[in-house]
Amino acid sequence: MHHLLEVQDLEVKFALRFGELTAINGVGFTLERGERMGLVGESGAGKSVTGFAIINLISKPGYISRGRVLFEGRALNQLSHEAMRDIRGNRISMIFQDPMMTLNPVLTVGTQMVETLLAHRRISRQAAAKIALDKLRMVQIPSPEKRLTQYPHEFSGGMRQRIVIAIALVTDPALIIADEPTTALDVTIQAEIMELLLELCQAQKTGLVLITHDLAVVSQVTEKLAVMYAGSIVEKGATDVIVNDPAHPYTQGLIRALPGIITPGSRLHQIPGVMPSLTSIPPGCPFHPRCPFCAAVCRTTPPHLAPVDSRQVACHMVATQNGRLEPTGIVETWQPDTRMTATGKAVETHGR
Amino acid sequence: MFAFIVRRIGQAVLVMLVISLVGFSIKNRIGDPVRDVVGERVTPAERAALRQKLGLNDPFLVQYVRFVENALKGDLGLSFFYKKPALKVIISKAPATLELVFVTALILIVVSLPIGVFTAIRPRNWFSRFTMAFSTLGVSIPVFLTAILLIYVFAVTLNWLPSYGRGLTVDIGGWQSGLLTLDGLKHLILPSISLASIMLPLFIRLIRAEMMEILETEYIKFAWAKGLRRSRIWFLHAFKNTLLPVITVFGVQIGIMFAFTILTETVFQWQGMGFMFLEAVERSDTSLLVAYLVVVGVIFVVVNTLVDIIYGLVNPTVRVAGRK
Repeated sequence: MHHLLEVQDLEVKFALRFGELTAINGVGFTLERGERMGLVGESGAGKSVTGFAIINLISKPGYISRGRVLFEGRALNQLSHEAMRDIRGNRISMIFQDPMMTLNPVLTVGTQMVETLLAHRRISRQAAAKIALDKLRMVQIPSPEKRLTQYPHEFSGGMRQRIVIAIALVTDPALIIADEPTTALDVTIQAEIMELLLELCQAQKTGLVLITHDLAVVSQVTEKLAVMYAGSIVEKGATDVIVNDPAHPYTQGLIRALPGIITPGSRLHQIPGVMPSLTSIPPGCPFHPRCPFCAAVCRTTPPHLAPVDSRQVACHMVATQNGRLEPTGIVETWQPDTRMTATGKAVETHGR
Repeated sequence: MFAFIVRRIGQAVLVMLVISLVGFSIKNRIGDPVRDVVGERVTPAERAALRQKLGLNDPFLVQYVRFVENALKGDLGLSFFYKKPALKVIISKAPATLELVFVTALILIVVSLPIGVFTAIRPRNWFSRFTMAFSTLGVSIPVFLTAILLIYVFAVTLNWLPSYGRGLTVDIGGWQSGLLTLDGLKHLILPSISLASIMLPLFIRLIRAEMMEILETEYIKFAWAKGLRRSRIWFLHAFKNTLLPVITVFGVQIGIMFAFTILTETVFQWQGMGFMFLEAVERSDTSLLVAYLVVVGVIFVVVNTLVDIIYGLVNPTVRVAGRK
């Protein structure tokens, strides 16, 4: 039996005028049927590019320069245009970040749902409309018959994302790639949409690649987790293992930065420095300039993923010390000198 | 939709009032209606009496209201040269110009849409590069030069097409149409091509720029991710959005085209409103000039109102705004 999705040593480059940029550098992971994986990292880490690379839709100067994407055993990046087209939106669907921009403003919601079905199945327009109606009910849109004939601007942001989810589900795909599906929504609606997505994936046994920077969401929704930094995976394994006991210094920093775990009134944690841009990735471990454990080897040799306990980590220090880096060490290194006097209101927002 | 149309027509009426005010001011200050009626060989005393009788000594506003009232009844004054109501003169010349503009608009649509879309979809194709380079040149050549060049090549040198006049026309209920005879159509080719040549580069570039921008949007990316066929993405998803700004510009440009007919009609001796206008200027036939201004204003406003209504039909957001 094949994996549902297997990404092998994926490398994506962008051919620009002044040379080539490597956006994704040897990313690999597997996903089984009905399994949900989080792809986490800062903006620009290569999460979205990875998502688009899976369905072979990287925008123009970008291309897959190495590696394979196997979906149900077929190498997607070697398929013909037509074969690939028939997989997109049919077996693998995508959900985009901003529902205000994802739907075509001049076509009715019904048209945009029905056309997806008609592009992949030999059914009548009526039959397709009936399926579309069912899916609108599934995503809990009130009076779906009326809604089918309406245009996107007649819906709120949350409703639009429900419609986008309904479009993604309309062909009963085996895999959904959700690229920050709740980032553009109100906080209260975020939870609703995420819950809906989780329920539907569970009910339909749909695999999910959840691209996000929100570790809290990932820990609620996914079973697996891959943390990306500057185009590479730095740590991957079971979500609960990584979230409760992060091994890589970067993952540790990310989890410390979550506002939920600090005591109200104290300053939020942050990882010092910024992620390097693709044009200036440092030699050796790309994280070493920001890493409190940086040693000589980190500056020269890029680390590779190696098993540590039940997960894989790409870090020289974790590998050589044969176990855990003491998280307390990080806290002390990163503790800011001055304490912010946060107002009660600010703490309240953080706690939520 | 109904409220939208009503509001749009209200705006059109307002624009017409402004145009009529400008037109009337010209007539009031520059023209001499007494001369229009009796000519030059009348004594000053008789003229003064006539002025009084025609109400020309009344206050400006009173005269303006009278002008608008008459205009609404279809009376735009007498043409000094033709000794006929100005409106009648214009109506007799209108078919020639309207047909010229109609054919030109048709050429514009048929040529610019496919080329604009193609150059957007395939920007690196040699044809796209050639069109883009050539269109810059096209924008910068004035219409009379294009016209003379066309006459030189196709009429004088090759002797394929006639160089002036409308050719054989057919009378359909007072409308002199050149669209129904082969000879009439032949006469239309050169004038309409030279008139279209001014707008064509603009439209190709506009359609290309709009389409390229739309092809980069999230909803087009989403359409690709849905696995739609590319013909559907290009010619429905992207094209329909491209049309919105193009329709607006098209409406305005059709109006402007009436101004360009003055040049084109003069070069091709085309017996239309533009040609008539130039003659009227030479004869200082003020009533006819003002009548021309008002008629072209009406055409401009009507075309734009129609275009706005079409825009409302294509763009669902406008329809809702009207419903509220």
